Amino acid sequence: MPSLGADMEAGTLVEWRVKPGDAIHRGDIICEVVTEKGDIEVESWLTGTVEQLLVQVGQKVPVKTLMALIRTEGEGAAAVPPAPAPSAPAPSAPAPSAPAPPAPTPPAPTPSAPLPAPQPSSERTRISPAARKRIEAAGLDASTIVGSGIGGAITIADVEKAMSASQPAARAESEATSVTAIRRAIARAMARSKREIPHYYLSQTIDMSRALSWLERENSARELPRRLLYSVLLLKAVALAVREVPEMNGFWQDDHWIGSDAVHAGVATSLRSGGLIAPAIHDVGGKSLDEVMHALQDLVNRARSSGLRSSELSDPTITVTSLGERGCDSVMPIIYPPQVAIVGFGRVVEQAWAENGMVGARRVIHATLGGDHRASDGHRGALFLRAVDSLMQSPEQL
Amino acid sequence: MTAIAAAVPPAAMPGVVKTTYRDALRAAHRDALRRDDRVFLMGEDVGRYGGCYAVSLGLLEEFGPERVRDTPLSELAFVGAGIGAAAAGMRPIVEVMTVNFSLLALDQIVNSAATLLHMSGGQCAVPLVIRMATGAGRQVAAQHSHSLEVWYAHVPGIRVVAPATIEDARGMLWTALQDPDPVVMFEHVMLYNLEGEIAETAGATDLDHAAVRREGSDISIVTYGGCLPKSMRAAETLAADGISAEVIDLRTLRPLDDETILKSVAKTHRAVIVDEGWRSCGLSAEIAARIAESALYELDAPVVRVCTVEVPIPYPRHLEEAALPQAASIADAARRLVNHHG
Amino acid sequence: MSGDIPREHALHLLREMLRIRLFEEKCAELYGEEKIRGFLHLYIGEEAVAAGAMQSLTKDDAIVATYREHGHALVRGISANAVMAEMYGKVEGCSRGRGGSMHIFSAAHRFYGGNAIVGGGLPLAAGIALADKLRGVSHVTACFFGDGAVAEGAFHETANLAALWKLPLLLLCENNLYAMGTALERAQSETDLARKAAAYRIPSTSVDGMDVLAVEAATRAACDAIRAGAGPQFVELRTYRFRAHSMFDPDRYRDKSEVGRWKERDPIMTFTAFLRGRGDIDDAGLDALRKEIESEIATAVAFAEAGQWEAVSDLTKFVYSERPLAGRAS
Repeated sequence: MPSLGADMEAGTLVEWRVKPGDAIHRGDIICEVVTEKGDIEVESWLTGTVEQLLVQVGQKVPVKTLMALIRTEGEGAAAVPPAPAPSAPAPSAPAPSAPAPPAPTPPAPTPSAPLPAPQPSSERTRISPAARKRIEAAGLDASTIVGSGIGGAITIADVEKAMSASQPAARAESEATSVTAIRRAIARAMARSKREIPHYYLSQTIDMSRALSWLERENSARELPRRLLYSVLLLKAVALAVREVPEMNGFWQDDHWIGSDAVHAGVATSLRSGGLIAPAIHDVGGKSLDEVMHALQDLVNRARSSGLRSSELSDPTITVTSLGERGCDSVMPIIYPPQVAIVGFGRVVEQAWAENGMVGARRVIHATLGGDHRASDGHRGALFLRAVDSLMQSPEQL
Repeated sequence: MTAIAAAVPPAAMPGVVKTTYRDALRAAHRDALRRDDRVFLMGEDVGRYGGCYAVSLGLLEEFGPERVRDTPLSELAFVGAGIGAAAAGMRPIVEVMTVNFSLLALDQIVNSAATLLHMSGGQCAVPLVIRMATGAGRQVAAQHSHSLEVWYAHVPGIRVVAPATIEDARGMLWTALQDPDPVVMFEHVMLYNLEGEIAETAGATDLDHAAVRREGSDISIVTYGGCLPKSMRAAETLAADGISAEVIDLRTLRPLDDETILKSVAKTHRAVIVDEGWRSCGLSAEIAARIAESALYELDAPVVRVCTVEVPIPYPRHLEEAALPQAASIADAARRLVNHHG
Repeated sequence: MSGDIPREHALHLLREMLRIRLFEEKCAELYGEEKIRGFLHLYIGEEAVAAGAMQSLTKDDAIVATYREHGHALVRGISANAVMAEMYGKVEGCSRGRGGSMHIFSAAHRFYGGNAIVGGGLPLAAGIALADKLRGVSHVTACFFGDGAVAEGAFHETANLAALWKLPLLLLCENNLYAMGTALERAQSETDLARKAAAYRIPSTSVDGMDVLAVEAATRAACDAIRAGAGPQFVELRTYRFRAHSMFDPDRYRDKSEVGRWKERDPIMTFTAFLRGRGDIDDAGLDALRKEIESEIATAVAFAEAGQWEAVSDLTKFVYSERPLAGRAS
């Protein structure tokens, strides 16, 4: 049973998509699992033949339970968990900037042996032999460790980092597509949220005129495909505001708050087929507006074509929901557990606005913060919302 | 404790003299010729000429033409004669001018020196030392620049050593002469002028162990012979980048001192093997295989090799330099291994 | 054949030649029975060379031979038991069975082996001679090699070196006219091999290798010259092997008639006739001699049969000498 999220402890098998004897390829979906986040399709990281299914449909089993045996090519009958590093990201492709040795002068073949070419994908998680030994000795789950070595391999340093930090961010790459599954996932997550999270709500009306004027000017100089949406400004403002009030970002787990350095903003996205998911744009604070725009487009497209990676579903650290033009004035959003905050934006409306003793028509947006009272208090929440407001008044600096 | 230690007068330091690799080798020859009258030196131009690399300069005058014998250009015959003389009880030192020419004597070394003891059921030992220069770097082109140490290191029955320091140039010969079996000694041409200090009392050094020439914790650079100084320079560079490199001088290429190599790898978890020989089927391949066989679970990164580009060594300086391992390429390889860009 | 040879010595020569002949015939038989394996090169027909040449060598002299060296080993005094056990590969063999037919060694007899690289023994022999010379002793090193070796660089390098250094080296060229299957005139531009050695200023002679007395006389003269300090000597022994190069050789490269003609000069047959003519031996004496030798060989076969196989755990023994592991430096 792969771990598909930091807070996932168990999963219930809904359906086997394979049976013993089936030939499977890396990437094939082998089963569907119900989790608190939704129904997740589990893909195989191995190519081979299904030897035995060990878990029955309807059975709920803890994470890391062996679910099936797959015999890989050229291998005797050996037990191999279907997703050995469930969460273990297939070693993320190393930076394509993998160093080409500088050409000597005069140009000549370099006498040094090239490092093995980084391979973006491999049949199995790359773990250096020494790291593997330590992982086993420490009883760690390799799937919770992100490799930084050659070819994304897990190294001793990665293991040590994992041992010293309590890592919330387990990840997985599997695909979630099923609509009914999503409906059920929403049901479970929202019910859990309302059951467990003591929400507090704060709202702020934000003057959007400067931001929108700036955006219009900016977009007028851009080709259509490169134009920015105002929600990109909102996302960025939320990410930057988090720097001032970090309690809004992270998770509530085991009776305490676990912060996150990076802001992975979950973007609530409604699906054409119904339902709602909130996949993450990673590290919004570290991205330029253009990059956020690009990531948003990509994410929405993929969300709507069921092309999301499960890490995008499992690791937002805060969620933003923006109702958009066809929405209503304001929204009182529900936190997505185990996150601790959600920011909702209504549609942009024009309304009478008094400033400096003058009344005029302004375009405004109603921002609402849903906060987890276990992790933060209203005072901090207010600071956060004010910060968002303030950031929106200097859009050129976002 | 420190106070007490400081109160103890320092032990008298033995005298230290400045010397060169070449002079240290000569001193070793002189020492051996004086100590054991079974020892004699023969080879091309070792006598009147003083040795192609001037190692034996002056020895003819001191020991006479019987014990410092100039040979005709007949590598097969005089190496074979050295083997026969050793089998018959002498302790010959045979200088083959360079490894390139030793190929003409390969039959005698491989088919006789290496086999006689085993083939005769232990009756016919061959206590012989064959010395030869090896390596590139002097712009003498393809036929004079080989590093074929591995050809000899491949063969059971012979011991292969490569002094890379002045101490070993001074100390390996006597120990090699005490070895009851044939020893092939490789002297890298770029080392002869190496200058340094050595204890006046310096003598024999062992032939059984590799040496840690520099201690480090991040990466092991395993090398020998002419690549040792380059590797030491690379380690200096790496230190400036915050990478602590350990440098292992193999010293003896057969039998390899696995223990020292593996111990270092167990400490650093990374290994770069530097060999002026070609990579394919080379010594570096052997060492990498041994690390994989015995220290796989200590490795935190793939083993990397820095070897000579697989070409005959060209004459022009820039091409020759590009072909050979250099301090910079060694440091680059080490840096890439330590600072991997996952 | 000269007639003034003492009877005892003459009978000794006959016995040695016959020992080789009968021993090797037994070897051929045992090869067919798969008791002896690997390469087996028989000396049959050439017995007069080993038997004659060995007479002037003392126990202090050294011998380097070829892979066709059973005869040399037997005449040198290595027991038939030890040689046969070696052929079997048994640990009681003179090389612990490590070498087999081609690598008979005996340090006690200064017998530095059958060398199976053509010409490979020549530089070694020069080195042994050099060692003796440096020690100031007047021993001779006798090196046997075939006509094929004269085409090798090793021969020319060694001849030159030995002559330059005046080494006490006796070069005994067993010219049986074929380098494996290649006839002398197809391999050598100068078929008078003594001239080649002479080119290095080595005193050189050629002698009928089918005449044991001629071989003995020529090699004795050469040995005497060496002991007198004249440096290396070369003796070409013109001989012929009656059997193929080795057991696997179909012998297609020479005429049966040529072999037949040489067999008429069989060194044992002609020497026996000579001794009969002198009244040194009769049928009864010959029969007794043959029986004695057959008995020696039967004993050797029984010895080899009863021998032990070396323990596999000893496989790597003697790759290197046994030596203390520590304290190498001194």
